Amino acid sequence: MSKMLHLINKSPTDRNSLDSCLRLAEAGSSVLLLEDGVYAALSKAASAEAVNQRMGELTFYVLGPDVSARGLDDKPLIDGISVVDYGGFVDLVVEHDVAQSWL
Amino acid sequence: MKFGILVNEGPFTHQASDSAYQFAAAAIEKGHQVARVFFYNDGVYNSNKLSEPQTDDRNLVDLWAKLGKEHDIDLVVCIAAALRRGIKEEVLKDGFRISGLGQLVEAGIENDRLVVFGD
Amino acid sequence: MEPWEEEGPEVVKRFMYVNRKAPYGTIYALECLEVVLIAAAFDQDVSVVFVDDGVYQLKKNQDTAAIGMKNFSNTYRALDDYDVEKIYVEQESLESRGLTAEDLIIPVEVLAGDNLREIMAQQDVVISS
Repeated sequence: MSKMLHLINKSPTDRNSLDSCLRLAEAGSSVLLLEDGVYAALSKAASAEAVNQRMGELTFYVLGPDVSARGLDDKPLIDGISVVDYGGFVDLVVEHDVAQSWL
Repeated sequence: MKFGILVNEGPFTHQASDSAYQFAAAAIEKGHQVARVFFYNDGVYNSNKLSEPQTDDRNLVDLWAKLGKEHDIDLVVCIAAALRRGIKEEVLKDGFRISGLGQLVEAGIENDRLVVFGD
Repeated sequence: MEPWEEEGPEVVKRFMYVNRKAPYGTIYALECLEVVLIAAAFDQDVSVVFVDDGVYQLKKNQDTAAIGMKNFSNTYRALDDYDVEKIYVEQESLESRGLTAEDLIIPVEVLAGDNLREIMAQQDVVISS
């Protein structure tokens, strides 16, 4: 079985990419939130509960440059989400067998 | 590791091409190879040399061409998507080439990873 | 012989094309279908998945005459001729849109999300548009 890295680049309050990914991602895979997907990393986001429900099975990352660009450095992120830069993004793609973008 | 990248959006409406560019640059910085970037859908607009962003803005057409030249990246623009959007040899930035969709499938076959950036 | 055929059949990867968008409102459905038709010419393992609003692509009885756009829904029927046989539709996506397999223009394999999840996890390359 392939170890997958799921890429979410849409806001959870605009599109259903995060919902569908959380529904269909196999346990043991990882999720990277980038672009407008970073709004799903905020602990106060309505979608945080859905993320927390799969926190044990999936590993969550968020792209720091996209967090900073959106003025969110002063907002708490969901516990357990790791912040990575573009180099970390590359490392994640290398460490996983497949990258799947939820466009 | 060898990467293929698919860019499905143009340089202005969506962040996709910016993210793809930052990813490609970071991958090269880490010693990986970006073998091919395939531009599909509105992504073909990334190759339009007539595009003139404001001077204080980044110019992704130039940035892709420069990165491609410096690191021997095959920058391929999909012919079917390009023709319907008026992207032809006459407006193609140096460093890009126009070819068929088979080049995308080949990028998936020949590279260790294919990463998709889009809307 | 095409360049990609030279190495023979030993390099077979599992390619999955994921459709999550409805037709006509945006071009993604049409341009993804164009990729799948080309991909079928390569000797790879191809599967096509329709989830979320992507299931609307397969709704039968599409009639675009009055919007002036090309009706490409019949092209899905050609997938069979191109030997693209693994066509999956997620059951939950159909149900939440009030559709059943009867509403679709081609025969597909309707899978529960849990089963689709397993198939997705077996792929080598996933292309979404």
